[in-house]
Order: sequence, then structure tokens, then C-alpha cells
Amino acid sequence: MSKQVRAIVIAGNGTNCERETAHACRLGGADVVDIVHISELLSGRALLQDYHFLNLAGGFLDGDDLGSAKAGANRLLHAPIKGSTEHLSEHLRKFIADGKLIMGVCNGFQLMVKMGLLPAFGGDFTQTATLTFNDNGRFEDRWVYLKADPASPCVFTRGLDGITLPVRHGEGKLVVDSEANLKKIEEKHLGVLKYCLPDYSATTMDYPLNPNGSTAAIAGLCDETGRLFGLMPHPEAYVHRTHHPRWTRETDLPEDGMGLWLYKNAVRFIRDELL
Amino acid sequence: MAWRIEVGLKEGIRDARGERVKREIREHLGIELDQVKTIDVYTVDADLSRKEIEAAAQGPFSDPVIQHYAINQPVAEGFDVLVEVGFRPGVTDNVGRTSREAIQYLVGRRFTADEGVYTSVQYLLSGKIDEADAERIAAGFLGNGLIQRWTIIPAAKFDRENGVPVTVPKVVSTAEPKVLEIDLNVSDEELMRISREGVLALNLEEMKAIQAFANDPQNQADRKKMGLTACLTDVELEALAQTWSEHCKHKIFSARIDYEDGEGKSETIDSLFKTFIVGATRDVRAAKGKRDFCLSVFKDNAGVIRFNDDWSLVFKVETHNSPSALDPYGGALTGIVGVNRDPFGTGMGARLIFNTDVFCFASPFYSEPLPPRLLHPRRIFEGVVEGVEHGGNKSGVPTVNGSIIFDDRFAGKPLVYCGTAALMPAEIHGKPGHVKQALPGDRIMMVGGRIGKDGIHGATFSSEELHEGSPATAVQIGDPITQKRMFDFLIIARDRGLYNSITDNGAGGLSSSVGEMAEDTGGFEMHLDRAPLKYSGLQPWEILISEAQERMTVAVPPDKTEAFIALAREMDVEATDLGNFNDSGYYHCLYNGKTVTYLPMAFLHSGVPQLQLQARWENRDHKEPEFAQPLDVEATLRHMLGRLNICSKESVVRRYDHEVQAGTVLKPLVGIANDGPADAAMIRPLPDSFEGVVVAHGITPRYSDIDTYHMMACAIDEGLRNYVAVGGNIEHVAGLDNFCWCDPVQSDKTPDGTYKAAQLVRANKALYDYCLAFGVPLISGKDSMKNDYQIGDTKISIPPTVLFSVIGKVDDIRKGVTMDAKRPGDLVYLLGVTRNELGGSEYYDMLGHLGKNVPTVDANTALRRYRTLNRAQQQSLLASCHDLSDGGLGVALAETAFAGGFGIQVDLRKVKCEGVLREDAVLFSETASRLLVTIKPDHKAAFEKLFAGQDLSLLGTVTEGRELRIVGLGGEILVRADINDLKEAWQAPLREM
Repeated sequence: MSKQVRAIVIAGNGTNCERETAHACRLGGADVVDIVHISELLSGRALLQDYHFLNLAGGFLDGDDLGSAKAGANRLLHAPIKGSTEHLSEHLRKFIADGKLIMGVCNGFQLMVKMGLLPAFGGDFTQTATLTFNDNGRFEDRWVYLKADPASPCVFTRGLDGITLPVRHGEGKLVVDSEANLKKIEEKHLGVLKYCLPDYSATTMDYPLNPNGSTAAIAGLCDETGRLFGLMPHPEAYVHRTHHPRWTRETDLPEDGMGLWLYKNAVRFIRDELL
Repeated sequence: MAWRIEVGLKEGIRDARGERVKREIREHLGIELDQVKTIDVYTVDADLSRKEIEAAAQGPFSDPVIQHYAINQPVAEGFDVLVEVGFRPGVTDNVGRTSREAIQYLVGRRFTADEGVYTSVQYLLSGKIDEADAERIAAGFLGNGLIQRWTIIPAAKFDRENGVPVTVPKVVSTAEPKVLEIDLNVSDEELMRISREGVLALNLEEMKAIQAFANDPQNQADRKKMGLTACLTDVELEALAQTWSEHCKHKIFSARIDYEDGEGKSETIDSLFKTFIVGATRDVRAAKGKRDFCLSVFKDNAGVIRFNDDWSLVFKVETHNSPSALDPYGGALTGIVGVNRDPFGTGMGARLIFNTDVFCFASPFYSEPLPPRLLHPRRIFEGVVEGVEHGGNKSGVPTVNGSIIFDDRFAGKPLVYCGTAALMPAEIHGKPGHVKQALPGDRIMMVGGRIGKDGIHGATFSSEELHEGSPATAVQIGDPITQKRMFDFLIIARDRGLYNSITDNGAGGLSSSVGEMAEDTGGFEMHLDRAPLKYSGLQPWEILISEAQERMTVAVPPDKTEAFIALAREMDVEATDLGNFNDSGYYHCLYNGKTVTYLPMAFLHSGVPQLQLQARWENRDHKEPEFAQPLDVEATLRHMLGRLNICSKESVVRRYDHEVQAGTVLKPLVGIANDGPADAAMIRPLPDSFEGVVVAHGITPRYSDIDTYHMMACAIDEGLRNYVAVGGNIEHVAGLDNFCWCDPVQSDKTPDGTYKAAQLVRANKALYDYCLAFGVPLISGKDSMKNDYQIGDTKISIPPTVLFSVIGKVDDIRKGVTMDAKRPGDLVYLLGVTRNELGGSEYYDMLGHLGKNVPTVDANTALRRYRTLNRAQQQSLLASCHDLSDGGLGVALAETAFAGGFGIQVDLRKVKCEGVLREDAVLFSETASRLLVTIKPDHKAAFEKLFAGQDLSLLGTVTEGRELRIVGLGGEILVRADINDLKEAWQAPLREM
């Protein structure tokens, strides 16, 4: 039991990607993967502390009605746990303090940023960045290329140079509250994945390769520990070669999809460092 | 008191929404503005302290990085005219609902029934415009008067201290619930007046059937025991009108029709539905014998077929045309979230796996004056596309397949087809998943949203102007999140065995859902006063028939009720016990303990008299046009590629999430640059199996102008052709028919009703003939029969249109084939013979002709071809495969080339033709059942051997470089075009939509 890598995927109120996220965790090597409805956490029956790897999946929390993931962030920050004086947000902080891993994808990334979990300089969870409307004002589904920063502390992207994944969002443009904070992100190598050219040679601000006009072409962001990580593109949507949009013509694609890399790294880290 | 929180963007933050609105105003109205900025407004009508409001403004309502806010003060500045658009009372306000929940979490208490949050958006318009322009912008683009209202304030009149005055769009109703009794012992004229004024849409014969029921002494005695008089209550009349409506009872498809075929033969058809649709499935299933894969057809909300030993496949396609004409966004959004509930509420419940959508519009560039009350086609396009975008994306269901069809007659009524498939366990708690049965004693549980006046008389919406304070009833706005929560809850309830039966609350509301489910037990008792309402003031009959969205009705055994309600509460879903199912034989509703309906189930469900229709086919004297072949065939091909019915729909496709759930293995856009037009979608619904689902469709309304028989045949063939092109197994495929017709009932309003009815008969005959010939069972479908616009002397009828959707199975998704050319040197083949069949074609239409030679389908040859194609796919012999449809061979060649990023060289002299055809006919004829295939040269022998004895033409090769080169019939070069130019011509028309 104690040697098992345990992953949790939170579902409910508009998450859409919990099933494929759980599948990616399993393929990535996690021993136990549970999709847990948020009501289970709020009732106190399921506990975050029983897991090592928290997945915040894509979707439209509360319809993104107040801006992407805003109402969802409000719920996680303020919802009490039934029959106790504790809030879910305290459990989450404990989870982070224990050195465990969180990955937020798309709406999950938006949720992390709006709760202040990213970039969270010095472990301070005051919101300093946001994700807002794409420059073209539209939701779009398209595949993009991402260049990884080898100097980043990010646990999930270790060993990764570049990766291609789909984006499916209307609010994926990263905006940082100040030049100073943007500079910090760059200096600390926290903007770990950036939209880039198809040969992964250089990052780009040009549409559609940069689909949303994101600041500094940032597609994925981690905190200074490298254990909290969020990204707009969907790694769980490319775990098999037939997910690739050109698998019928690029016959040399490996069986595993590139998105799996992130999950495998997470599981490896947990086995090496947390078990 | 009510608070007003205004949230605007900080200086220097790009207002992408405002920029988009500015662009759209220019495109829609031709008004050029300098700038549009947007502000979100939350009107909080709740007993909260300043501190609490401050926390809400700072927290969930604004983003500190990019936004600033003000409370009871304006943030607007630097504009010429301000327009604020908010909802009318009673209209679904999803953002308002989320806002209320957010404040509840923040302050730790629930709102009272009287408290609420209402949202609106301020548009700050800068530019040379006056109030009149602003009114045009508000009414013509920003708002829709049916559901919204707006305030226009020029800068000079703006109160910079207090801003826009606070308005709270709360429904205020002082109406006391009461039940009316209606005396039906009146003249025929009076009966019709009751029907008309009550928007009952019942004809005289039906009213008289109800009159006879009321006069029956036995019925009167039964009613007396329940405290009812011989007069029917308004609740009873409404229940009957709903149950007997065209929408629910399909009276035209059930009618007795006298049909003359125009050549002296006549026959009587007793129900098109039973004869041709149910008949086709019955005969196909009998022919399939042990290979029959149908599990549940026609009897549930959606059809069910076998997928594998453990899972069954559920599919349904619906239309939402009339609501989309009134409010394109709300209508289409409701269309998609509405059809989601059909497969979900089939059998014991199923998990949704994909959506499809097909729209029929007039040209968005339509520039003629429009008759009154019609919205501009561009506005309908934009609203419908956005409605389906929000409905599908927010529900987490990938939209994988669709089409947009253009014909200016769709200005009268746009067609909005939305389909959803789902996966259901083959067995649930030891019983087949597709079987459900309510038992006597089960509780009637209503789950999900609350009841309001939404969608009352939705099918026959009134033309009465809406007035201040009155809820909008004609239009509904779907709420995908409330529905998603309900689905999350119900799937768990299903797996825990907490209910015996489930169904959707759609058309007819509780009246239909409870009424239909009670057929299992033979009666029910329901207390209308127990139903949760959005606001007070609803009459009992309104509670019964409201079509308020996001609701399901569930039959819960008494011993599971407590667990069911507890689970619902924990998951933030409302579940209410309204009464019980029983075997009394009666449709029994009460209000505050007093009986308000007491109708025998038998009368309600089989009492409607059969409609009688006349149908007479006329062979209209169509002619083939005479004209010279255009000199520049290459330019003609480019024009064809830019036709609205042929050009790329990428700008729309990208707005739909087609990959969520990670099962879409053949996506709608394919090829070297992910932008070629896929023929069909392939889904892998189970991550641990390589089995897949293929979905495709056919739709060919232009052919209806010549003969609906061949229109139907071609739609079926096109659906199957698309399906097999990607690898769909022709032996395991089912069809769904969605008829959208113009009124076929002969009357003063419809003087050509007998012809339109004959068109309907002929389409149905083809449906039967070709389903049988192809061995394709129909599993579900729907009809929408009144797609006309009539105000004053102007009548616009849509062309008779059938969407034929197909769904089927493949054993191994890794055998899937896409339409893009794969590598230079591959051989290019055409499967099938080409005939002089340009009647109703895109080519003739471009030249202003209709023609006579509509494509006809030779099903036996086609079926043999499709079976052989499947074998070639199983042996992985194909590099690409693309169906020939609108624009024929010329368009298919161009698409295959530019999607693949390679040139193609072909010789038209190699095209197998029937008779002698001109070059333009060879290129643009729309003869059915043809496919364009490329293969590796290594596979030549094996491939040709498979197709030995069938029509197969080796046309040429895929080439290096970027040239489409077509050699003409005289050996000269007819077309020599850069594929990038062709692609540009194909992509340009709708790129900016």
C-alpha cells in the first residue's frame, strides 16, 4: 500500500476530461488512479492526503461564467468540508507543503493560476498572473508545437525538448500582472513550455502557431519547486499514436503519444522521491 | 437593496471580446466604429453588507490581474454611446446563476427564494454614431428583443456619478393559481376558437373527439367521483393538446394518405411511419437474421444497437428549427443540450460520446431585403454556430461530424440538426441496459432544473409581443452546467441501482415524460404543486407542460427514494418527489390535493383520430439546359471550390472541441496541414479496445426540386459512401432519418399541399427501398413538418430536406483511412461509373440551371463496391479514399491533392462513363456511389484483383510538386493549377466567419 503511486483526478461542476486524464495517469504508471467527484471531497469521505498526484482536468468549471475557472477557484478557496471546521483549501495547502505533485490542464491550469498556485513565487499564493481571452476572441481546437525549457525546475518536463499537443480553449492567453513578475518567471525558467515553430527551433508569437497571443509565448507554467505545473495544451489527449491528427500519413509515429511523457515523469518522481 | 457591481478591463489590457464585437458590427450592419469596449455588470438583489459585496467584487467577479471594479458607480469612460444589454425577466441567466452560487460560497449562507443575481453587459461604442445607429446596433446585433432589453445612453447624457440606473429583472407575478373548466358542448366554430385561442393546435376532428369523451356518461360518472364536472379542465385540455400535437404524435407521418403517382396508379398508405420506416427496419432485421445488431428501435428516446459484448451504442438526431429562427443562439444551444438528454435518457441511461451537427442556412452574404421578422442569415449563422459551440463544448462532448448547407430558401426557416451518440453498458444489474420499466408504486422523481414559463407552447409559439415584466416563453436558453451536474449524478444513481426507469423532459414537459413512462404501469398520480418553480405565479397547466430545460423524470422504487434524494443533495442537484406510478389506468394530476386531470391513459395515448391526407405526384416538365462548355475549365473549377456548399468550413469546425474525451481518431480536419475535409469521423470510445464507432451523414436537398425519391436515395447513398470511405463496416451500420418538410397539408395557405405530400410519400418510398437494398436498419428519427415562413403575402418554404445520419462499427480503428493523398507515385483510381447526372448539381446551380437528370442510385452495384472497399481497407491497401459528392470528380481531385500537399495528374479519357459526356460533365456530374482512391503502386495487383468485374478506372498518379493537371478528352491539358491556388479558392469564402 505505502509503495503505491496514488493519483487523484477531481471531477464535477463542469470538468470534462477526467476520464482520459485518469487513463493517462494509468498509462503513465500510477498504481491507483481515482476519479473523485468534488462532493466526495467536500463531504470528507475522500481525502486529498491519501494521494500523491493531483490532477485538475480540463473542462468548463461552472461554465466559465465569471471568466475561466473563476467560480471554480472561488469554490475551492471557500467551500467548507462537511462536519469539520476545515476548508478544502487547507487540505490543498497541506498537500503542497508535503511536496506532492499537481498538474492542471487547460481549465485546471486556469484554476491553478486563479487560485494563486502558479507561479506562486516563494510559495506565496497571491494571484500574480491570469489566463484570459485569446487575442482572436474565439474558442479554437488546433494542434500546436511546444518547446520545453531544459533549465526549468519542472518535474514533469524533465528530459523533454519539444512536444506537439492539441489546444482547445477560448481563454488561454497568459497575462502577468507586472513586468517585474514576468522577468522573474523568465529568470527562474518557470515558463517551461512555449508555443514554437513546427521544428521546435524557436518560440513564436505568430497566430496560429501561438493560438492565443500568450505573453512570452508561454503555454505552460510551473512554480519554483517544479512540482506545481499547469498548461493550456492537453497532454492527456495524445497518449496513443492514433490521437495524432496525421497518424494515417506519418507512419513512423511511435505507439505512445508524446503527452504520456509528462505523466511518466510525474510517476517516476513520486516513486523516486516521495515513496 | 440591489447592488450594482461593474467590472472593466484595466488600462492596457486587450479587450478581445470588444474587438470581436466591433468586427461583427462592421460585417453585420456595415457600421464602422473606432472602438468597442465591454464591461460586465452584476446586479445583486440580496440582503448583503457592503463588506460582503466588496468581497464578491474583488473575488469571484473580477480578476485582479486584468480587471478593476466599482460598486454602485460606473466604470465606463471614454465612449460616444453606451449600450447595456440585459435579460428580460424569467429568461435563463446562466452567469447570474453561477454568480449567486459564488456569493453563497463566499458568505456561507443560501440565498432566499426572493434574492438573486442578474447579469448584463455594457458596450462602450466609440465612433461617429448617434442614438439611432446605437439602436440599430443593439437591436440588430448586440441584443434580441425577445429575450433581452437594452438601455442606450449617449455620452452627453451619461450620469458620471451614478452610471446606469439599477434595474432588477425579477419576475413579478400576482397571479393566483386557478383551474378553469371549459364547456365543450358548443358549436364547431366555438370548438375551433377554443383550440386557436388556447394555442392548442387541435383540428376540428380532434376537438370533437374530446367533446365526445366529455359527453360520455360513463366518463362523467368516473369524473364525478374525483370531484370533476363534465367540463374538461384547462389542465386536461393542455395535456391532450400536448400529447396529441404534431410534435409528439407525428400525425402527418401517421396519417392515412391517398396517393396518386401521376401515371394513373393510386394507393392508400396507412401511416408512412409504420409502412416505410418501421417496415424497412422490420424487413432489414428479418433479412439479417442472426447478424441483426438492433437492440431497441423507435420505442425509446434514441435507437440502440450492439457495439460489443459489454457495450451498446445509442444515437439520436433532432432538429431545433423554429426556436433557432427566433433566437439563433438560445435555440441552437437548447437544441444541442436537448438532444444530449435523448441518448442519456434511453434505456437505463448512457454516457454521451459525441455530437454531430448539420445546419441549413441562407447565404450569410444575402443582400436582398428580408421580409418582416426574419433575422439576417449571417446573424442566424453566427448565433447558431455559437449556441452549438457553447452547448457542445461546455458539456464535454466532442463535436465530430457535420455540414453546413446553403440555399436561400432557408432564410424562411433555418434547419438546425443536432445529434448525440452515447455508450451504454450492455447489462446493468443483471438486465439489458436498453430495457427499462417503471413499476407500480415507483415514485415520480423530477431531477435537475426548475420549472418556469420557458417553452410553454414552444411548438406553436405565439406572435404576441412580449411586454415588460412578462417572462419570455417562446425562447429557452440551455444551461449546460446544470445539465452536466445532473448527468454526473444520474450516472452514479444508475450504477447504484437507485431507479427503474428514466426519460427526458423535452417537448410537452412533465405531461409527456410522466405520461409516457406511465404506459409501463398503466397510470400515475402526480402532485403539480410539489414541483419546484423558478418563480411563483405558474398555473397548474403551465407546470404540467412547461418545457423548461435540464430536467429528467426518473422512476424510483420507494425503498430507494431516501438514498436517491440524499445523493442528489450532496451533488448539488435538485430531485423532487411528485407522486407515484400506479396501475389505475388514469392520467391523474392534483394541485393542492384537488384533482385537476383525470383522463384514461387509453384515451390520451390512442384517442387521437387519424389524419387524412391527399397526395398527388406531378411529373414536372424539367429540361436539361443547353449551353457551351466554359472555355476556361480551370477557372470554373476554382469557382466551384469557392461555392458555399463546397468551400471549407474550417472556421466553424475549429470552434467545436472535436477531441475532448480523447477518442476522436479520425478528426473532421485531416491532411498535411490539418485542414482537409474528412468524409466521416471515427471514434475510439473505450481506451482499452481498438474497436471504433464511425459516424457520417448524407443530405441533398437540391435534388428535391426534381424528385424527392432520388433526393432520398442520394442522401442514403451519400451517408453510406462517407461512412465506408473512412473504413466503416457496411455490414454493421444503422441509419437515422430526420425529415424537415414544408407543410404538406392542402389548405388555403398551402395550395400545393397535395404535391408536397406526394414529395413526402416518394421520399419515404425511397427510404424503404434503399434501406432494404443496402441492408441498413433505421433505428430512430424525427420529423419537423412545418418549415414555412408566412407573413402577409410572402411565403417561403424550405426545399424538402432529409438528413440521413449513419452510425456503425469498426473492429480496428487502426485500419482507418483519410482522404488526403499520401505520397508521390501513388496511383489514383475512381470507383464507379460516371453518368450524365447534373440535374440539381452544384455546377448547374452555379450556372443558374436546375436540369432534369437527377442522380439515381444503383444500390446493388454500390453495395458490392462498398463491401469490396471494406476488404481493401482490411488488407490496408488504401492510401487515401474520398467520396465524390457536391462538385463531383473535379472537386474530389482538388481536395485530395491539396489536403495531401501533393500534385495529381489524371486523364479524363480514362474515366469510365455511361454514354458520351462532355468534359465539364465528366468533371462535375454528381453521379452517386463513386469514390476516389489512391494506393501504393505495390498494391496495384491486389487492389485490381479485388475489384475485378467492377467499375474501376485508373486515372493517373499522385505527383511531386503542387500541380493538379487534368488531361481533357481530346488529349490536351484542360486544367493545370497550383494546388495552393485551388486551396485558397476553397478556403477563402467562409474563412472570416
